[in-house]
Amino acid sequence: MKSVLDTLRRIGAMTVDGVWRVGFATRFLIAILMYSGQSLRRLQLTMREIYFSGVLSLLIIIVSGLFVGLVLGLQGYETLQRYGSSEALGVLVALSLTRELGPVVAGLLFASRAGSAVTAEIGLMKATEQLKAMDMMAVNPIARVVAPRFWGGVISMPLLAAMFSAMGVFGGWLIGVVVIGVDDGAFWSQMQAAVDFRYDVLNGVIKSVVFGVAVSLIAVFEGYDCNPTAEGVSRAITRTVVTSALAILALDFVLTSFMFRGQ
Amino acid sequence: MMSRTTLDLWVGFFVALGFAALIFLAMKVGNFSGLNSAPTYTVEAPFDNIGGLKVRAPVKSAGVVVGRVAGIRFDPERYRAVVRLELDRQYAFPRDTIATILTSGLLGEQYVGLEAGGDPEMFANGDTVAMTQSAVVLEKLISQFMFDKASETPAPASK
Amino acid sequence: MGGSGCGKTTLLRLIGGQLRASSGAVEVDGREVAHMGRSELYALRRRMGMLFQFGALFTDMTVFDNVAFPLREHTELPPSVIRDLVMMKLQAVGLRGAHALKPAELSGGMARRVALARAVALDPMLIMYDEPFAGLDPISLGVVGQLIRRLNDALGASSIMVTHDVHESLLIVDYIYFVSEGRIVAQGTPDEIRGSTDPFVHQFVNAEADGPVAFHYPAAPIESLLQGGRP
Repeated sequence: MKSVLDTLRRIGAMTVDGVWRVGFATRFLIAILMYSGQSLRRLQLTMREIYFSGVLSLLIIIVSGLFVGLVLGLQGYETLQRYGSSEALGVLVALSLTRELGPVVAGLLFASRAGSAVTAEIGLMKATEQLKAMDMMAVNPIARVVAPRFWGGVISMPLLAAMFSAMGVFGGWLIGVVVIGVDDGAFWSQMQAAVDFRYDVLNGVIKSVVFGVAVSLIAVFEGYDCNPTAEGVSRAITRTVVTSALAILALDFVLTSFMFRGQ
Repeated sequence: MMSRTTLDLWVGFFVALGFAALIFLAMKVGNFSGLNSAPTYTVEAPFDNIGGLKVRAPVKSAGVVVGRVAGIRFDPERYRAVVRLELDRQYAFPRDTIATILTSGLLGEQYVGLEAGGDPEMFANGDTVAMTQSAVVLEKLISQFMFDKASETPAPASK
Repeated sequence: MGGSGCGKTTLLRLIGGQLRASSGAVEVDGREVAHMGRSELYALRRRMGMLFQFGALFTDMTVFDNVAFPLREHTELPPSVIRDLVMMKLQAVGLRGAHALKPAELSGGMARRVALARAVALDPMLIMYDEPFAGLDPISLGVVGQLIRRLNDALGASSIMVTHDVHESLLIVDYIYFVSEGRIVAQGTPDEIRGSTDPFVHQFVNAEADGPVAFHYPAAPIESLLQGGRP
């Protein structure tokens, strides 16, 4: 009886805590948007964050995209040739990448590469009282530190996802056409016939923008909200990666069910 | 921290690369012409059976994509499926054009084929296609084939 | 002055408006801090400098950029003027030669001096020091102490220093309040404090282990534990 009550109490506490955090994160987002004017006016601040979250993620995104494309090419060919339609390889690779894998895998990589770095940076600034010092110097830390990092992530993420998809298609082409010998013309023409710009490519881009907002918000929020100790920062980094991954997968399901319904 | 110009250069390179990837996805992977900005007109075509036809399936004439399936609804009065076809404005079709539901390959996706007739008058927006031919349902085809086979060869093992 | 956790830092936060008092009022320059809106508060803070416990330098900027930060954020001065101002502040704390270093490359005492230069960058009317001597070796401690006094006199500013370093602070301050458990328990000039007979002050100044601030955390007598009672 006591253990049941304890479990219920724990569930209750977790729920309250969860709701509180969601509400706090929402207010935080509103604050970021309110103070975004300054960071967009002083573009140099945001440029710097695009460098840190975008340019520094370039290598991992390009290499992973290429490998995902190579694997899709191999596995796709394996399956398709049983039905004698190996020319549809291009369709399979392109559709899986633009609709799902591009935004989702790029988002997961982005969360673990750039999101965790942003959380660590803000968390460390909080732990060493840099944020408080800034506040005491009459400089709003949300405008000066948080908003540029948020926008840097939001801008970088769709570009990274597009690069991931493009590299993946290239990888699929490399395996399918160059290595296995699927007809080059059929590969591209079937792909172009099946992949619609607005329906497939643009929806993928919309997904990546949504993921970019979600991951960036989680990263700056966890950093800003962490316990100002070494342990608190490391826990915040873990939470950023875990929460981002869950958010990406859940949002992906929601978006997919709206975008690709009835197909 | 690195100098400002180096940072700007990297960010510029990064953004350019991202947009190059987007353009690649738009032009080379997808058919950018499908932006639906090209003017279209709509005709409706009632079918007895549309088989596995889906919204956004291509509409082809002589093998060339001339439009897309914009919508499918059921007509409860005549128990037929009404398919709304969005056709490219630059292609006009005579009023006695026949719409058929075809399959690309044995198991491929289904599309609507248009076979032009000889009527001097052309379809206008909102017209209805009078002559349609329904989808070939594989199960029916197989059962018909079996039936024919059975009637062709009476008592095969009499010798 | 007071022991750890007695509310000294909280007091500074209240003055700076980073915390709001649950009761009572804090007035700075004749204005109630708790009733100010954000823009008013920020206008007030531009006239305040604060030295944080461990400096709180921005780790991603050089020494120069750290000191230039308030100037760049709050003034429209051209880069050449900012450069001269920053170099003058750094010269005052003796670190002009270290302007290109990162905070990670500085010793504790140097970092504290850079933070001091940053705190006075806008020539504030009020400077607050939160444990300026924490974790410094004796030489750095003396250097920072002298600097604080000199800068304060040169700027004609008011300074509030929160510390538990008795001897260094007695050398440089004009007036002392002792805080314990959220209350002022004693006050006076350095000479009065040295000669004070107040048991708390006596214990604090002479660093005695037992006194009004007890050595033992409240507990039942140890004899009862040894006789088999609950701890």
